[in-house]
Amino acid sequence: MKILVCVSVTPDTTSKIAFKDGNSKFDDAGVQWIINPYDEWYSLVRAIELKEKDASISIHLVTVGNKEAEAVIRKALALGGDEATRINAESNDSYFIAAQIADIANKGAYDLVFTGKETIDYNGSSIGGMVAELMNAPYISLATKFELNGNIATVTREIEGGEEINEVVLPLVVSCQKGIAEQRIPNMRGIMAARTKTLHVVEPIVIDALTNVVNYEMPPAKAGVKLVDADNVAELVRLLHEEAKAI
Amino acid sequence: MSVLIIIDKADGQIKKSSLEALTYGADVAKQLNTTAAALVLGTCTDDLSTLGKYGVGKVYQVVEDSLNNLDAQVYAQVIASVTNQVGANVLIFSHNQTGKSVAARVAANLKAGIVTGACALPDVSNGFVVKKTVFSGKAFANVNINSACKVISLNPNSYKTVATEGSAIIETLNVSVPTAKVKVTGINKVSGEVPLTEAEIVVSGGRGLKGPENWGIILDLAHVLGAATACSRPVGDAHWRPHHEHVGQTGIQIAPNLYIAVGISGAIQHLAGVNRSKVIVVINKDAEAPFFKAADYGIVGDAFEVLPKLTAEIKKLKGIA
Ligand SMILES: Cc1cc2nc3c(=O)[nH]c(=O)nc-3n(C[C@H](O)[C@H](O)[C@H](O)COP(=O)(O)OP(=O)(O)OC[C@H]3O[C@@H](n4cnc5c(N)ncnc54)[C@H](O)[C@@H]3O)c2cc1C
Ligand SMILES: Nc1ncnc2c1ncn2[C@@H]1O[C@H](COP(=O)(O)O)[C@@H](O)[C@H]1O
Repeated sequence: MKILVCVSVTPDTTSKIAFKDGNSKFDDAGVQWIINPYDEWYSLVRAIELKEKDASISIHLVTVGNKEAEAVIRKALALGGDEATRINAESNDSYFIAAQIADIANKGAYDLVFTGKETIDYNGSSIGGMVAELMNAPYISLATKFELNGNIATVTREIEGGEEINEVVLPLVVSCQKGIAEQRIPNMRGIMAARTKTLHVVEPIVIDALTNVVNYEMPPAKAGVKLVDADNVAELVRLLHEEAKAI
Repeated sequence: MSVLIIIDKADGQIKKSSLEALTYGADVAKQLNTTAAALVLGTCTDDLSTLGKYGVGKVYQVVEDSLNNLDAQVYAQVIASVTNQVGANVLIFSHNQTGKSVAARVAANLKAGIVTGACALPDVSNGFVVKKTVFSGKAFANVNINSACKVISLNPNSYKTVATEGSAIIETLNVSVPTAKVKVTGINKVSGEVPLTEAEIVVSGGRGLKGPENWGIILDLAHVLGAATACSRPVGDAHWRPHHEHVGQTGIQIAPNLYIAVGISGAIQHLAGVNRSKVIVVINKDAEAPFFKAADYGIVGDAFEVLPKLTAEIKKLKGIA
């Protein structure tokens, strides 16, 4: 059984968001790069748990990114996983990224592809569904539980106001979120082992991007808070009703 | 060339977020000087001709019981077939759970560029530029779609529904529906709760509430407001509240009209999930809590004293005894 875990590299959650070059580029000065939390905490850890139960499983990480991504990918390898591939390209276009990943997934005949629910920078929620379409495989999004029994997966996914339990025969693509696994911290042994794991670098296949970012904008600043005295709760209700028209 | 809006349902009824997508899609069609139609998959108990009120002239329907369950692969194929059959070239989804499963798959099938999480009408003056939220609501990106066919999924609560007069023609389409590979073996729904992503008002609690046994004051306030409830991440992690209530960068992102945060410090990761709310009220006993900087209204005070008073005052306003 082969699992492909998609790993993206994102700015740390506390990063100051700013743009440069006429708001056309993200300003990465002083930014610390991390594994996208959904990929690290949920999909990768769940894949590792599956391997811990069944040693015949192999885990392969894939990222579409530039050279700087490698340090972050090593960190992912320190958590677990057998080897990694970096596709040497940088893009915001979901179709471009998905086509690269699908190419690897199809050629490698993976049984299971895990993605995160979304990247915390681009917020596409798109790659998993696209990869599945390009693999002609079923797709279950926003998974909160994942169990494997032979080649049958039982997956719980989030629906509005609840959850739905699905059963499906592999191959399968799943987007993972909270609930599916608990965050882990890499240990020294993992960090040492990661140094010797193979990190392949391959060139991208030729794909035309279907979208491009024209520029970025910051949201308008808030006017500032209106504080109401704790002894005068009625005044808050009046403001919310008459001024904000929110209740 | 036309705009097609994909309608999402819950228990056979059309979701509010789909009505927003309808109004949005009809406005996109106006911009492009073309027509808008809606697509409904599976059975629907609502009277579909009333969708005309939101600006669509036609409602296409593929009536097939198997479509009452969502299999993203099946949905994508059916939607792509319909798109080709009716000659649509702009598809609109709601960026909710269904949209997140299906929209990107459809886009890949049609080789259409996609923008998810859209929050404004496209700018068609020079290309086709759609504004979307990025960095979990901390910024926006204007994204141009270069392909002939275009897919947009609209953030819930970011476009106002406008209902006027009008009635749509319903047309049942004959499309072959592939067999689903995904089998639905169970559904657990928390009944009677307002779904968080669709809620107009959300009351949210943090670690300041000290423990799950104290959530009554949050639930009481939510109840009088007809609001959904949410929580910060540590509250979800500690199982004081169910996981699906956790909002923020790594939880659900919401944009209600009113967000009331109680005993939440306002960490940057929390703000990322809620800063698109139109009005933010913060109740915190620490005047230095960072959340006040992101708030419109605030009370510096003890939640256990302020909340019961707030609930009582709202009852008064609403004339509830
Ligand atoms: C990668 C990453 C991702 C994260 N993602 C998220 C996320 O998605 N969502 C999220 O919420 N967090 C997230 N966090 C965690 C976040 O950084 C904060 O730790 C968290 O939001 C704090 O939760 P809190 O405000 O409930 O608790 P605290 O920070 O402990 O704040 C409690 C607040 O309650 C106030 N208080 C105490 N007693 C009272 C009282 N009696 N009355 C009124 N107020 C009182 C205190 O003054 C304080 O401000 C993430 C962190 C990381 C590193
Ligand atoms: N550049 C990338 N390389 C590898 N995987 C990615 C990349 N971008 C996104 N993904 C995967 O797709 C998921 C969803 O990303 P997105 O559709 O961009 O929100 C992420 O959580 C990753 O698992």
